Amino acid sequence: MRYLLRRMLHAVFLLFGVSILTFLFSTLAPGNYFDEMRLNPQIAPETVASLRAQYQLDRPLPVRYARWVNSVAHGQMGFSFAYNSPVGPLLWVRARNTLLLTLTATLIAWALALPLGIWAAASLGRLPDRALSWTTATLLVIPDLVLALGLLIMAVRSGWFPTGGMVSVGFESLSPLKKLRDIAIHMTLPVVALVISALPMLVRHVRAAVAEVLDAPFLRAAAGHGIPRRRLLYRYALRAAANPLISLLGFSLGTLVSGSLLVEVVMSWPGLGPLLLEAILARDLYVVIGGVLLSTIFLVGGNFLADLLLLWADPRIRTEAGAE
Amino acid sequence: MCHALAGLSFDLGPGEILGILGESGSGKSTLAASLLRLLPPNGIITRGLILFEGQDVLRARPRGMEKLRGRRISLIFQEPSVALHPAMRVRDQVEEVLRAHEPLDFAARRNRTRQVLASLFPADADRIANSYPHQLSGGQRQRVLVAQAIACGPSLVLADEPTASLDPTTQQEILALFRTLRQELGLSMVLITHNPGLLAGLADRVLVLYAGRAVEVGPAESVLASPQHPYTRALLRCMPPLDQESQASRKGMLPVISGESPNLSVLVRGCPFEPRCPEKMEVCKSCDPAAVPLSEAHTVSCFKFPG
Amino acid sequence: MQLLLNVENLMKRYMTGKSFGSREFLTALDGVSLSIQTATTLALVGESGSGKSTLALCVACLERPTSGSIWFDGRDVAALGEKQQRAVRPQIQVVFQDPSNSLNSRLTALEIVAEPLIIQRRFDKQTRSKRACALLERVGISAKKAGSRPDEFSGGQRQRLAIARALALEPKLLILDEALSALDCSVQAQIANLLLELQASLRLTYLFITHDFAMAAHLADEIAVMDHGRIVELGAAEKLLRSPEHEATRCLLAATPRFHGAANLPEGL
Repeated sequence: MRYLLRRMLHAVFLLFGVSILTFLFSTLAPGNYFDEMRLNPQIAPETVASLRAQYQLDRPLPVRYARWVNSVAHGQMGFSFAYNSPVGPLLWVRARNTLLLTLTATLIAWALALPLGIWAAASLGRLPDRALSWTTATLLVIPDLVLALGLLIMAVRSGWFPTGGMVSVGFESLSPLKKLRDIAIHMTLPVVALVISALPMLVRHVRAAVAEVLDAPFLRAAAGHGIPRRRLLYRYALRAAANPLISLLGFSLGTLVSGSLLVEVVMSWPGLGPLLLEAILARDLYVVIGGVLLSTIFLVGGNFLADLLLLWADPRIRTEAGAE
Repeated sequence: MCHALAGLSFDLGPGEILGILGESGSGKSTLAASLLRLLPPNGIITRGLILFEGQDVLRARPRGMEKLRGRRISLIFQEPSVALHPAMRVRDQVEEVLRAHEPLDFAARRNRTRQVLASLFPADADRIANSYPHQLSGGQRQRVLVAQAIACGPSLVLADEPTASLDPTTQQEILALFRTLRQELGLSMVLITHNPGLLAGLADRVLVLYAGRAVEVGPAESVLASPQHPYTRALLRCMPPLDQESQASRKGMLPVISGESPNLSVLVRGCPFEPRCPEKMEVCKSCDPAAVPLSEAHTVSCFKFPG
Repeated sequence: MQLLLNVENLMKRYMTGKSFGSREFLTALDGVSLSIQTATTLALVGESGSGKSTLALCVACLERPTSGSIWFDGRDVAALGEKQQRAVRPQIQVVFQDPSNSLNSRLTALEIVAEPLIIQRRFDKQTRSKRACALLERVGISAKKAGSRPDEFSGGQRQRLAIARALALEPKLLILDEALSALDCSVQAQIANLLLELQASLRLTYLFITHDFAMAAHLADEIAVMDHGRIVELGAAEKLLRSPEHEATRCLLAATPRFHGAANLPEGL
């Protein structure tokens, strides 16, 4: 228990630290939202100055930080200059769309990686394993961007899939079932892109972790007891190989909001990616900070979840931690 | 290429304990693995017959072998510290063996597991059942291996150096356990070890293994008290004596077997012990001695004894 | 005959509680006193958990005792600082139970034996090589195998290699921590003979730790029986065999596997 509390405290400190640093770097970076306006000769400097004052960009740093923290506590997370609305709800909508994509992709990727990796490890050195190695190596080499663009081109050429966006025109008027189908069709290509980019690494890791365990004496002992092969692989080998895989899962979870930026931008999926990109280019300060904070929350949360899972999966860590 | 076993024959009756006395390089572990066809991919049984309860083990299909292992023939591995799954509770590990073989439902399985563990851990079976391997001592882990081995009521148990990493006291406990199992369950056992002292008082018959061949087979008392084969004699003489009369030789040189353990990558034509034998003869280099019966139960493979 | 090693009232406690302010500790050594005379062997017998290995580590200066003194060659090594201890360590060497763990599998036999000389910065490369070869010969490993790696040796040969390495720095005291336990019976006899021969020619002193009473009785002049961190019985080997006094000694004797008959075989038959 104390182990968990310590980790949570650590996580909270980390979040504060990240928010301070992000705040610092963003505000210290040259330029702000109103620079564009300043360059425009038609807008009087006083207007710019008064706008700045209105958005409190001229207050000292600590004050702005304090006000921002207060705003976070109220769920608003600052104010977006571009969208003229609080950052919180803005982020929430976009994050939801991103998560829809990434959760689906992560689930599919892991669901495929586990059996494929186990299959490769069980047939180590033989044809299935070598074929899989070759395939994953090839897929790894393809850059994400090329993959996304390639899929997009295929969509344009074949017309089977929409070429962007999340919903079709006239979405609101569809029946719930058709709405689901509409979103699913739009989701297909981005999910495929994400899965293909994540799968090779996962398969290789699963294969490595399981292959190492397959050599272990306790597995041979279990085989000596007549435990059937399938059960040996999943109940025994996977369980024992869980440690490195759980850490990997933590990383997968940690990049749930940040890993799909490229794909979202290329395929015009209305997620966090495009929002953040715009915000950075436009110096929309609080959106940037909010996005970074959200990413960090997921990263820290993912790691924390991995720690919890590790505690559950490996009794040796559990008894050590419980001894406190 | 390594010729681990080169023409080994023996038989075992019900309720009998056969001790296989072999050092490293004698092929003993290969023997244990072969009986259950658990050899690594590069191990091939080129010739021979393994008949168990009338069934030809070598011709069984994989599914048939899985049914045999753990159910009719069990193997107790050496090194209990690594033969158990590190992340599964003891109770689950025993239940898995039952699950693989017995068509019991969950409650019946639980019950049977509790019974088996209670018979081996009379004092604290429940605590042991809930524990993980790393929380147990060496002796306790070895008992868990025994529990897994007897859970499905096999007729034959193979034990490969079952007391190798244990204390003397724990060793004696485990050996007493085997005696009890033989008495109460009528188990047959093949006990593989390099320590002759373990077989005295426990094994009915002893088979001495050298370079993949049986050089002497017979009742335990005969083989251990009056060994006939030069290797057996030399081996038993190596042990430092514990009784007082022999203390005169204390801190003296022990009689050793000269030379190194046999090189199994070469299949020799003559007797494999010949290079190290203190009583070798000309014929030993060219011909492989056949097994010669000395009495109805005791056979030796040595040219000293004319067939 | 002087005392080479004199351990007085050695205590070693390990903290087991993880949080601050926890008072749980494990007492591995609870007031151990023993002494060994030069060029003799003291066997330390006991079950696992009795503290034998902890005692070995303390004497070898690999662990610091909680209290007590270890007089080696006239100095209390337990009280020395790190630097001075480093100067004493070459004189006390350890051979461990499992040679596959204690030998660097990437080095050749010659390199393994020469390594202590390199670390202690003694001699130039040629002399080191020569000394290492001589040591290998001494323990019965032929020069042909000097270039092989540990996994190409048998268990007994690896243990010989470990002994050769231990002898490289010309120690006065050799601690053998279950050094024979993992070997086959016939190989144990060979290594035991080697140890006896080395003791006679190099005037080595041995602290022989084992749970095999038979081998202890054979190799040692004196036997100390340990139980739960204490020495419960200490005396000449014959006396302990003939009339053991303490319960622990009797238990160990009873548990030692023995078989009748082989001792009656006359030599050469």
